[in-house]
Amino acid sequence: MSKLIIRTNRCKGCNVCVTFCPKKVLALDTLGKIYAVDEASCIQCGQCELRCPDFAIRVAPKEAK
Amino acid sequence: MSQPKLMQGNEACALGALAAGVRFFGGYPITPSTEIAEQLAEQLPKVGGTFIQMEDEIASMAVILGASLAGKKVLTATSGPGFSLKQELIGYAAIAEIPCVIANVQRVGPSTGQPTSPAQGDVMQARWGTHGDHPMIALSPWTVRESFDVAVKAVNYAERFRTPVIILLDEVVGHMREKVVLPADNEIEIYSRRQPTKSREEGYQPFTPEADLVPNPADFGTGYRIHVTGLVHDDTGFPSGSPKITEQCIKRLHEKIDCVKDEITHYDEFFMEDAEIAVVTYGGTARTAYAAVEEARAQGKKVGMIRLMTIWPFADKVIKQAAAKCKALLVPEMNYGQLVMEIERAAAGQTKVVSMPKYNTEIFTPNEISGAIDQLLSEVAK
Amino acid sequence: MKDYEEYFRTNRLPHIWCPGCGNGIVMKSIAKAIAKLDLDQDKTVIVSGIGCSSRASGYMDFDTLHTAHGRAIPFATGVKLANPELNVIVITGDGDCTAIGGNHFIHGARRNIDLTVVLFNNNIYGMTGGQASPLTPTSKKATTAPYGVVDRPFDPCQLAQAAGATYIARGTAFHAAQLPDLIAKGIQNKGFSLIEAITPCPISYGRRNKLGDSPAMLKLMSESAVPLTAYGKLAPEQQEGKFPIGVLHESHFGEYSKEYSHVIERAEGGQK
Repeated sequence: MSKLIIRTNRCKGCNVCVTFCPKKVLALDTLGKIYAVDEASCIQCGQCELRCPDFAIRVAPKEAK
Repeated sequence: MSQPKLMQGNEACALGALAAGVRFFGGYPITPSTEIAEQLAEQLPKVGGTFIQMEDEIASMAVILGASLAGKKVLTATSGPGFSLKQELIGYAAIAEIPCVIANVQRVGPSTGQPTSPAQGDVMQARWGTHGDHPMIALSPWTVRESFDVAVKAVNYAERFRTPVIILLDEVVGHMREKVVLPADNEIEIYSRRQPTKSREEGYQPFTPEADLVPNPADFGTGYRIHVTGLVHDDTGFPSGSPKITEQCIKRLHEKIDCVKDEITHYDEFFMEDAEIAVVTYGGTARTAYAAVEEARAQGKKVGMIRLMTIWPFADKVIKQAAAKCKALLVPEMNYGQLVMEIERAAAGQTKVVSMPKYNTEIFTPNEISGAIDQLLSEVAK
Repeated sequence: MKDYEEYFRTNRLPHIWCPGCGNGIVMKSIAKAIAKLDLDQDKTVIVSGIGCSSRASGYMDFDTLHTAHGRAIPFATGVKLANPELNVIVITGDGDCTAIGGNHFIHGARRNIDLTVVLFNNNIYGMTGGQASPLTPTSKKATTAPYGVVDRPFDPCQLAQAAGATYIARGTAFHAAQLPDLIAKGIQNKGFSLIEAITPCPISYGRRNKLGDSPAMLKLMSESAVPLTAYGKLAPEQQEGKFPIGVLHESHFGEYSKEYSHVIERAEGGQK
């Protein structure tokens, strides 16, 4: 299951999520929209979703172990 | 309420609003309107209503609009400078279609002017005071009893057409005390605000007009989750930048009042059957004019009188008819000449229209108007 | 707990705000606060003024009222007094609330009417293109202060406290995890609550003042915002350039609509 749900139609490319991601999972594409460059490294900390001003990224809750 | 009582026009206005179902008043003290606020501060809580004195005139207008959206029938009262301050939000009420009544007890202006002497200088402000295009309903009583009746009408019209309605009092009527017999409760016709007939699921849109061109935006807290804005909006209530929607929005605001114009045009005609000249008048001035016209008739002079209660929308038809049969229309008013411009427009050159302005703080005397009548009679006889 | 998106009118998204504008973060925080308290969506009203932040009302799925410039608080006062069972939240900006609406702001606080005012403070008039507001810091540049602002900004929290507000908090868009809690506490307070939410305007404020892009402005907030207790322990020279965040003030006073209900009881009973 995908850890990140990205709604590119809402993304304005502000770079906030890219900056605050501690694992460098996100980047802006050539159109200035976010995408996951390395989703495997995502620790689902939620920092990207927390400060996304555009409601463009959701982090799936961590599965119970 | 059927016992005769001695009361002021302002008091009667407050009681009329109360009788019509007003349960919320927000205001700011300003002479000569303050008695309306004072009366309602006392009376409203007795019937479970709310009175609040706000920090300024603008806030008083804002607070009643908020209360109206939450389902209350609302009133505010003010005079000259305060009326100017309220204008922006009167425009807001017009475009957002929020029922509300504003009593403006006119005094001499501009600015602080000559407080608090009588004037009728806000006739044009009542019509054109705010920015942009919108219709306006303004009613001007000439007696204390009629101040009550006009207040009832104003509340009914505000609710029915979802529009601001102005009670255009003047200091003469507002502060004058007369013996009045108020109607019994069961004699008062009250309009209750229409509620939505469809659910959200059935495709309800808050600003879709009904057959009468008036929409049914739901009161806040009733589960419809509507959006209200001062921006031009479509039927959903959300802003639209479309030229077509803008045109429709502004046009409908006008047409919803235009289509009931005859019904809401109230006036009295006195001695008009064979009148050679007519005095066209309103508000406190009409009282003096009536004395002069009655006197002229007693002397066999063919003078009539039209007394307008509805100032806006303007009674074009009534004036047009009078212009067709009278040789002259005399227009005394306590200002530099305001409503006379509308009368000239409606008369459209069919007859002579004579302005009789007075703006020196004093009310007209019957003799002044009699003199003007005599002079006009001699002029038209030539 | 409902998801915050359930409180949005998602069909109206994306919103109109510029890339990097923090208004969306604050709006999301309001939705999270409402979710946390599980407020009845049909009994909650959002009232806003005019300006960038005040557009938030259009995106939130409640009864929403986008009023005139500066007038959100008196409109909201009318809504609350007309129907005291409604939860009324006011969304306003620094220009809307403390310039043109300044008088309404202090009088709302003075009355202690039960409104929760969320002041989106981006230090500038954004919608009109970057003019100085009463919350633009001294010497910062704006289109109407090309040589830097001459006058002092208000501290809206101190202003509200002096005027009688019974709950005052400050947060930032960087501290987005804390902000919903600060707002939720404000909603719970039965009285006038102010939550100042400091939020970046990279386009009309940051750019002109060389504060960098939105991430840089958010980082600056993380450096200059200090929790209230820690802030109190700083020496005056250490406080320079920093500001306290968290719950800044709580007090008790009769809430206006409740007090007025007693007036109604007395009047209906024929007493004075």
